[in-house]
Amino acid sequence: MQANTDASGGKAKFSVGSVDVHYGADHAIKDVSIDIEDKTVTALIGPSGCGKSTFLRCLNRMNDTIAECRVDGSVLLDGEDIYDRRVDPVQLRARVGMVFQKPNPFPKSIYDNVAYGPRIHGLAGGKEDLDAIVERSLRRAAMWDEVKDRLGAPGLGLSGGQQQRLCIARAIANEPEVLLMDEPCSALDPIATSQIEDLMDELRSRYCVVIVTHSMQQAARVSEHTAFFHLGNLVECGETGQIFTNPRDERTESYITGRIG
Amino acid sequence: MTGPGASQAAERSLFSGVDARMRRRRAAERRFRAFGIAAVCVGLAFLAILAASIVRSGIPAFSRAVMEVEFSLNRQGYEAAEKELFKTKAYERLLVEFLARELGDLGGGGIDAAALKRIVGKPGAAIREHYRANEDTLGAPVAFRLAVSSRVDGYLKGRVSRETLQDSRFLKLSDLDLVDALRERGIVGSEFSWTFLTGADSAVDNPTAAGVGASVAGSLFMMIVVLGLSLPVGVAAAIFLEEFAQQNRFVDLIEVNISNLAAVPSIVFGILGLAVFIQFMHLPQSAPLVGGLVLTLMTLPTIIISTRASLRAVPPSIRWAALGLGASHMQAVFHHVLPLAMPGILTGTIIGLARALGETAPLLLIGMVGLVARGYPETFLGGFTEPNSAMPAQIYSWSTRADPAFYEKAWGGIIVLLAFLMCMNAAAVILRHRFERRW
Repeated sequence: MQANTDASGGKAKFSVGSVDVHYGADHAIKDVSIDIEDKTVTALIGPSGCGKSTFLRCLNRMNDTIAECRVDGSVLLDGEDIYDRRVDPVQLRARVGMVFQKPNPFPKSIYDNVAYGPRIHGLAGGKEDLDAIVERSLRRAAMWDEVKDRLGAPGLGLSGGQQQRLCIARAIANEPEVLLMDEPCSALDPIATSQIEDLMDELRSRYCVVIVTHSMQQAARVSEHTAFFHLGNLVECGETGQIFTNPRDERTESYITGRIG
Repeated sequence: MTGPGASQAAERSLFSGVDARMRRRRAAERRFRAFGIAAVCVGLAFLAILAASIVRSGIPAFSRAVMEVEFSLNRQGYEAAEKELFKTKAYERLLVEFLARELGDLGGGGIDAAALKRIVGKPGAAIREHYRANEDTLGAPVAFRLAVSSRVDGYLKGRVSRETLQDSRFLKLSDLDLVDALRERGIVGSEFSWTFLTGADSAVDNPTAAGVGASVAGSLFMMIVVLGLSLPVGVAAAIFLEEFAQQNRFVDLIEVNISNLAAVPSIVFGILGLAVFIQFMHLPQSAPLVGGLVLTLMTLPTIIISTRASLRAVPPSIRWAALGLGASHMQAVFHHVLPLAMPGILTGTIIGLARALGETAPLLLIGMVGLVARGYPETFLGGFTEPNSAMPAQIYSWSTRADPAFYEKAWGGIIVLLAFLMCMNAAAVILRHRFERRW
């Protein structure tokens, strides 16, 4: 069952087969099947309420925390079903990191924010090891030089963009394989947004990145693959260039030309 | 600016007259402010009246009248006194002689043994006790401080006057002349009453010896029980109900009942405690342990409700952040949600504890009445099981006693109770401040 992890393009990290999500009586995701490639950025776009965030939250079982939410179908991570009864969502989430819409650092120091994941998962052998993980994570999140002199300062004292990069560093510190980003720039100004986008460009070499975004420009800028959701259906997915220049579905075309949304 | 255009502009100008509608709006706003200020003033006035009357009536309880005498007794006198049948009487005679000498040719009949008894009670025992223990002080002058009777105490504090004393069998008008003369010579005076702060309850005919100390200890041990039980149990119950429990009818039923319990009259908890803890479980009567258990039952709903409210007030994004990093549900709650909810939990706890501290009715039912507080517990653990009272019950029983001296003690007890409460609140504020974080 163990899928080989060679970095050759085209290897599916996630393989989603006919997933349905219900919130009580509400059918939020309808029979969605999609393969998400490793070491690429995949953008999920679509109008508000189309289910793209719900779908993203299926990939690390964050929907489990909502009592009335039910997920059917199969989601394979490297060929293993993450909804299998033997899978502990806690371990899954260590491998599939998540960054939220609003920056949500813990009300602790910058260092403690980044070190929290490695601490609870026992990733660091000692203090030096932990220091190294924190430094590496902050470097990968492109903010080491900004904060290296004030690691003890509260994470909430940073600017919005820095807070969001801190949240990315915090997710990276767990050494995940996948990074899920739920509209990570929607609360940020254009400069902070472009910094995050630059960061995503670097992250793609190491991680499988899935990003939900409202901005089609952003999807076009950062992603290699794009999936368009509408009313709970996956309408179309493919190469980003193809989606934006030559959509196959009428609804996709309407959306990207601004007629629905 | 001329012409029709200008007049129209003037109508729309910010500086033009205020119309009726605007005036009404402003009047309504002013009225509302006036009501608010008036309400605050009324509240403050009541508070000031309350504080003033408590201080005015309670402060005298903190002082007591004493008779300070210094005289010497030689060995012959001591041996002669020890040979007598009523030995303490002999020492009292010595005191009378001393006072008569001091007062000299004062008019008003002078002092005799009966008058001394009315003024200072029976001081002979104390004097004899001193000389038996310290024979080496024989022959040298020794200073004695003797507590005077509660009526003389009241006379010095203005509680007892010559008018109210007309037909008292405890004190004669001539005694007051003596007291005045002794006061002039500095033999009778007032001092701060440590007895009131450190003493235990006294017999009903001896209010000068009564103190609030033992019942403060009783209250303290009760609060230890209440804090030690209701905080962990209440917080754990609240965390479980808020974070982990399935939403079903059983849990709904529990929630409704917790809310109802918070409104149950305290005397119901008292009778429950009597039936369950004393009659069924055979725990000792009048013990702070039982009082603490009863008050724990009473405090639990308050703590559970306030803890749940403060857990709910923590932004869900913090929970998601922790869960998204692979923290377990429990780790998310204990590492992140609980610390942020801590200030609210502490506030609720201190409100519950303050209510428990001031509770009287349930304590009377389980036998923690004032007169039980006859001394301090001998050991720390004994503090939980030995019969004792608590501050409010002690205050209540003083207020029911006939002697007005006890009434004064009751007011003094209220001051001590409020001081105790303020210390608890201060501790809560400090703790709150340390836990407080911005998010």
